[in-house]
Amino acid sequence: MIESLETVLGRNSLITAFAFVGILVWVSYAISVRLTRGHIHGSAIAIALGLVLAWIGGSVTGGSQGIADFGLLAGVGVMGGAMFRDFAIVATAFGAELDALKKAGVVGAASVIIGVVLSFAVGSIVAVAFGYTDPVAISTIGAGAATYIVGPVTGTALGADSDVIALSVAAGLTKSVLVMVGTPFVAPRIGLNNPHAALIYGGLMGTTSGVAGGLAATDPKLVPYGAMTATFYTGVGCLLAPSVLFLAVRAIF
Amino acid sequence: MVIYGVALLSACMLVGVYIGDIIGDLIGVQANVGGVGIAMLLLIVLSNLTHQRFRIGSATENGIHFWSAMYIPIVVAMAAKQNVIAAVSSGWMAIIAGVAAVVVSFLLIPLLDRVHIGEGDDD
Repeated sequence: MIESLETVLGRNSLITAFAFVGILVWVSYAISVRLTRGHIHGSAIAIALGLVLAWIGGSVTGGSQGIADFGLLAGVGVMGGAMFRDFAIVATAFGAELDALKKAGVVGAASVIIGVVLSFAVGSIVAVAFGYTDPVAISTIGAGAATYIVGPVTGTALGADSDVIALSVAAGLTKSVLVMVGTPFVAPRIGLNNPHAALIYGGLMGTTSGVAGGLAATDPKLVPYGAMTATFYTGVGCLLAPSVLFLAVRAIF
Repeated sequence: MVIYGVALLSACMLVGVYIGDIIGDLIGVQANVGGVGIAMLLLIVLSNLTHQRFRIGSATENGIHFWSAMYIPIVVAMAAKQNVIAAVSSGWMAIIAGVAAVVVSFLLIPLLDRVHIGEGDDD
């Protein structure tokens, strides 16, 4: 009985993931209404629960795919992978206001460059504070503070050690997780409640998964604006970090 | 038909990601530059063309709305497959670097939000 159920769930892994996530979201919205009286949005709780499950999955299996490392839940990896994520992000653009984009176009573009430089600078300063003096290592860690893709791309381009590259990925992952969890809490204080602010937020944060999760938990209507600028961030980061920004670091050290 | 909406969405994404890859190649970085953003722009432009010859019917819209509504569940699945262990077990430096980058970026949002270029006020 149990074995054949496992076979069915494993063979239809993506469908299993739909059912699993559906239950997870249902539980989260129930918690939101019953325990927080709607103060904490259901999707914020669902994302936080997802991260907790990812932590459990990682510690039980020792893998890198969170809950998707459990054979039966492998479909969660497909459902939450880049392909479906990007597809759904594009879909949210349907019905977005063209005017809001035009108005914030220049500031949005500027925020991407400012965001990359700022995160790189902050990450580099932390690396220096922890005793790193090699420009390659400093730049790689700085790039990791941009996103967990910019870090390894920069590290590989500059020939950094693999342990430094791993640190840069960890810095980027920390950023992404914190943006997902923290955005709904800070949103009211930083005025993140309109398309203009969301465009800037996406450009400054830059982590596509962090921005996607953070805005979903704050106000789903803002998703297309934040996601729009965020998708340019990693590309700009991969362009600037191993070139101009690395040269700047080398000039200082 | 619903499939028209899904197909339109797919076409936008494929074209956008393809352009993003080409831009990445042209400027010599190993990454897709704004592919998803370009796809979103395409879809926004197409969905704003409704009064002209090209018109998106309501069934077609449903094909796009479905995926838009699946966005949050997909993000929940994405959260559940993150390598959280690697983020929290790698030592303080990586965590502090990540946290500091987020805090500083959050602080800058209200400052940049005051800049409204092209709207007549230069505050």
